[in-house]
Amino acid sequence: MISVKNLGYTYMIGTPFEKTALKNISFEVAEGEVLAIAGHTGSGKSTLIQLVAGLIDLTGGSIEIDGLKVTDKKIRRLIGIVFQYPEQQLFEETVESDIAFAPKNFGLSEEEISARVNEAMRQVGLSDELKKVSPFELSGGQRRRVAIAGILALKPKYLILDEPTAGLDPLAKENLLSEIFGAIKKSGVTIILVSHNMDDIARFADRVIVLAHGEILFNGKPRDLFAREEILTCAGLEPPPVTKLIHALGIDKIVLTLDEAEKIISKP
Amino acid sequence: MKNFIRAENISYTYKSTNGDRLALNGVSLSIAAGEFVAIIGTNGSGKSTLAKHFNGLLLPTEGKIFVDGLDTADEKNLQHVRENVGMVFQNPDSEIVAAIVEDDVAFGLENLGIAPEKIRERVDLALDDVNMSDYKNFAPSKLSGGQKQRIAIAGVIAMRTKVIVFDEPTAMLDPQGRREIISLVKRLHAQGLTIIYITHFMEEAAAAQRVIVMEKGKIIRDDTPREIFTDVKEMKRLGFDVPVAADLAYRLRRKGFKLPQKILTAEELAEALK
Repeated sequence: MISVKNLGYTYMIGTPFEKTALKNISFEVAEGEVLAIAGHTGSGKSTLIQLVAGLIDLTGGSIEIDGLKVTDKKIRRLIGIVFQYPEQQLFEETVESDIAFAPKNFGLSEEEISARVNEAMRQVGLSDELKKVSPFELSGGQRRRVAIAGILALKPKYLILDEPTAGLDPLAKENLLSEIFGAIKKSGVTIILVSHNMDDIARFADRVIVLAHGEILFNGKPRDLFAREEILTCAGLEPPPVTKLIHALGIDKIVLTLDEAEKIISKP
Repeated sequence: MKNFIRAENISYTYKSTNGDRLALNGVSLSIAAGEFVAIIGTNGSGKSTLAKHFNGLLLPTEGKIFVDGLDTADEKNLQHVRENVGMVFQNPDSEIVAAIVEDDVAFGLENLGIAPEKIRERVDLALDDVNMSDYKNFAPSKLSGGQKQRIAIAGVIAMRTKVIVFDEPTAMLDPQGRREIISLVKRLHAQGLTIIYITHFMEEAAAAQRVIVMEKGKIIRDDTPREIFTDVKEMKRLGFDVPVAADLAYRLRRKGFKLPQKILTAEELAEALK
């Protein structure tokens, strides 16, 4: 379990550039859950996940992961983080060595590394033939999968995904969301999904936290969030297109997917 | 209307030591002055490669492309081409060069050797056009993604090009930023600019007058958004989304609802379901 208590964060304390990025943040993430964190640019999402992953030092409050303080180096083995546009960080000559890079730094044996690379490639749906190919020859969607596999090879218990579908074409997006992340979720990994794509959140998240100006505006089910337009407006967000469509049709129901929309209209 | 851009059977091959890749394969098209054309296609379909041909950033390996009647492959035409066709890319952070907003907008003009007072006037007007006048003395790093992208667009507006090519300008923006950019693009089109708009967001493409669909380096469809996006089955087969109203109408028709074929918007679906 991840437990965040009274977290605050101020950048450049004691300088004229001092800026409060987070205030009074408390929440928990249960094992096996998919928690979405939504908010517009500058809402504090990125600062929050960097704190949870132990990448920047706390300036107030506490974060515990499985009972360990976030400052404990052991948490590095528990948390994996996939940054925005992770494919821009690929650098090795082959897909295989890129995915193996982080496990190597963990000091694992050759056999273990090779097994983890195979497993990670399978999880993200990359075929074996791609192992010896340069990541730079792959499509954008495939490169993103390589980058995600590189994190999965660390076998994180908690996986943070920062805008994982941004910039992908609709098909690549759909594959990543429904197949790959779906399977990762099923395997029991706890996922924190940072996104401003409400459609992704509606379809994939169990719970959503909305951040605005560094504070939590909402913490609950996506369906309950979309019923509260004032929160979305205040956070600079929008309900998913299908939710808006059903409203525009004059139907007073919160709908998260096209399947639900179809059912509601066809059953009088 | 006059054809401002005309591509005649152009192909483009990226050369690399690991083998060549044909990114454009015999593309022909004409874009008239004042049009608003969206280009959609999967990652790797060739749409960005095509976009870079419109102002001579790339030259076709085969075929010819003419801008305002001038062949882009002829080096002496390039200046005229670039004065007429501006580009806005996906990542505003990689487009911004100056430390202050107004300097950034002025950058392209300074390179054209325009008199300082004229530059001042054009920069002020361009910033006004994108509603960013209040930020002219800001550091771009202090702005949101949508604001940065508006600054990048102001830089192109200040150049007074006739055409602006947008290559996924909203891909990195949040919903607020996306709304800002799409409404700005519509306004620029209404002012008479020719807009070429590449996107993965089908709702944005639906705002254009014409949609070009690319696959594997070729143009496979070229029609109005209504014709393209109401062909739901085909679009899905090709791996595209369609606007959600068209999708729902399609699903309901399959369930036996008697709905018109060409429903594209929520209003039309609401009307049809009455």
